Amino acid sequence: MADTEKPPLRPEGLQPRKKGLTRRQKQRLSRGVQYAVFVAAVAAFAVAADWGRLRNQFAQADIAERMFPDVITLALKNTVLYTVTGFTVGLVLGMVIALMRLSSVGPYRWLAGIYIEIFRGLPALLIFIFIGVAVPLAFPGTEIVGGTYGQVALALGLVAAAYMAETIRAGIQAVPRGQMEAARSLGFSPARAMVSVIIPQAFRIILPPLTNELVLLFKDSSLVLFLGVTLEERELSKFGRDLASQTANSTPILVAGLCYLLITIPLGLVVRRMEAKAQEAVK
Amino acid sequence: MSRPEIRVSGLHKSFGDNHVLRGVDLEIGRGEVVCVIGPSGSGKSTLLRCVNLLEEPTRGRVFVGGVELTDPDVDIDAVRRRIGMVFQQFNLFPHLTVAENLTLPQRRVLKRGKAEAAKVAAENLERVGLAEKADAYPSSLSGGQQQRVAIARALAMDPEVMLFDEPTSALDPELVGDVLAVMRMLADEGMTMMVVTHEMGFAREVADRVVFMDGGVIVEDGSPEQVIGAPRHERTRHFLSRLLDPAAAEVGEKTSDRVGTSG
Ligand SMILES: Nc1ncnc2c1ncn2[C@@H]1O[C@H](COP(=O)(O)OP(=O)(O)OP(=O)(O)O)[C@@H](O)[C@H]1O
Ligand SMILES: [Mg+2]
Repeated sequence: MADTEKPPLRPEGLQPRKKGLTRRQKQRLSRGVQYAVFVAAVAAFAVAADWGRLRNQFAQADIAERMFPDVITLALKNTVLYTVTGFTVGLVLGMVIALMRLSSVGPYRWLAGIYIEIFRGLPALLIFIFIGVAVPLAFPGTEIVGGTYGQVALALGLVAAAYMAETIRAGIQAVPRGQMEAARSLGFSPARAMVSVIIPQAFRIILPPLTNELVLLFKDSSLVLFLGVTLEERELSKFGRDLASQTANSTPILVAGLCYLLITIPLGLVVRRMEAKAQEAVK
Repeated sequence: MSRPEIRVSGLHKSFGDNHVLRGVDLEIGRGEVVCVIGPSGSGKSTLLRCVNLLEEPTRGRVFVGGVELTDPDVDIDAVRRRIGMVFQQFNLFPHLTVAENLTLPQRRVLKRGKAEAAKVAAENLERVGLAEKADAYPSSLSGGQQQRVAIARALAMDPEVMLFDEPTSALDPELVGDVLAVMRMLADEGMTMMVVTHEMGFAREVADRVVFMDGGVIVEDGSPEQVIGAPRHERTRHFLSRLLDPAAAEVGEKTSDRVGTSG
């Protein structure tokens, strides 16, 4: 501000400050402090860490080597299998619940609402235990088709369905009302309009959140750990843990973790790409 | 006029406390083109939507082609196949190409075979002058082109009656003409048409009758020359004068112009 100018008639508080730091100086200072803290923390860790020991615990090449090819052909394969079957069950069940939630029949709506509240509120682990332990005890003689695979698909599906139902319902409601009206005016029955016109559009809207759900399920499939699986049924987490205790070394955990990231990071990128695209389409 | 193609009698429609239609009687003969005009909120769209039962009338009866739509036992989907409807917002299916927009309803609703549906689709796209857009997606078309596709989609179902709800109101002015030309062609071919519109030129030249609605009732019903040229009712005169000279309206005046929320 030029000092020579006559000061405009402003209340005191709005006058440009003359003393102390300007806003820009403050910003610069704050950023400098943050960088300094970061560098100090990294340096402290580098000095304090026992690198030899860490390397020994987490990065033993021969142990990692021994994990192959089973970690891929067995463990990762099972993880993917559990996830995909669970996702499929969840998608079908979620679709049914979403349509019930939108039904004009009250009891359907309530039932769907109760399901969603219950299964969103419970830890996934509890549902695994329920399917693995409580159901066989409560109904002796009954067997879930597919053995462990069926149990996992069901447990993951039950959890996923609650979330997916809400996502699908939101997607259906996001389709403009005119679409249903146009379909009805062409002679579509409500059900046929839903299947041919509304749901295909809803799925395009909810593809990103559904893919996100797939990532979550991928991680939740590790809960199979608690079902008591045979050697052939082990997935990444169980496989990694077993080998870790066998070898008294943490390398298998690291390798198993990397295998998860191998899938989840690309999927995450895909989701972000889709979201960006959807954003653009809106503009 | 022999048996009317569309007959509406004693029609009432309320949305909650909002009594929108207050006893409408209307007959439209086969091949007749009737334009419905009136101020915003007068119930034009509601009346049109009651004719194919997109809105359920509160009271009264609706007949199309001799079938009573308000009969609770009627197969409403079957009757709607004979009534084409064109919306202000086009309502094309955005996930399908233009050709698919025309073939999907034929195949799912009329159970036509693939080849026949494709043939009918091509013919109707040709009729509205958009044969070359068959493989385009609706979002890549102009508003006028989208509306012509919407008309073609309705025509592909071989309707006996066509309903239009302000088909040109969402269009840029320079695109209105193409859509009106298609509608004029349909009228010349003898289609029975009920058209809610503010296009007075179209009403004057194409319509057999013009119906003026206000406050949920039909105020005036007659030839275009009479209703537009020499309106008998003060409300009609007032509406038409506002339509021709919107700038004359005064602030706070109960508006009778076309501007406002349209449904
Ligand atoms: N689905 C609905 N639910 C509640 N009220 C509605 C509904 N549809 C229309 N209305 C009301 O009915 C009245 C008449 O609406 P309508 O759309 O029939 O008028 P219009 O004559 O077509 O007007 P415009 O020229 O603006 O399209 C309005 O007050 C509107 O708010
Ligand atoms: Mg309207």
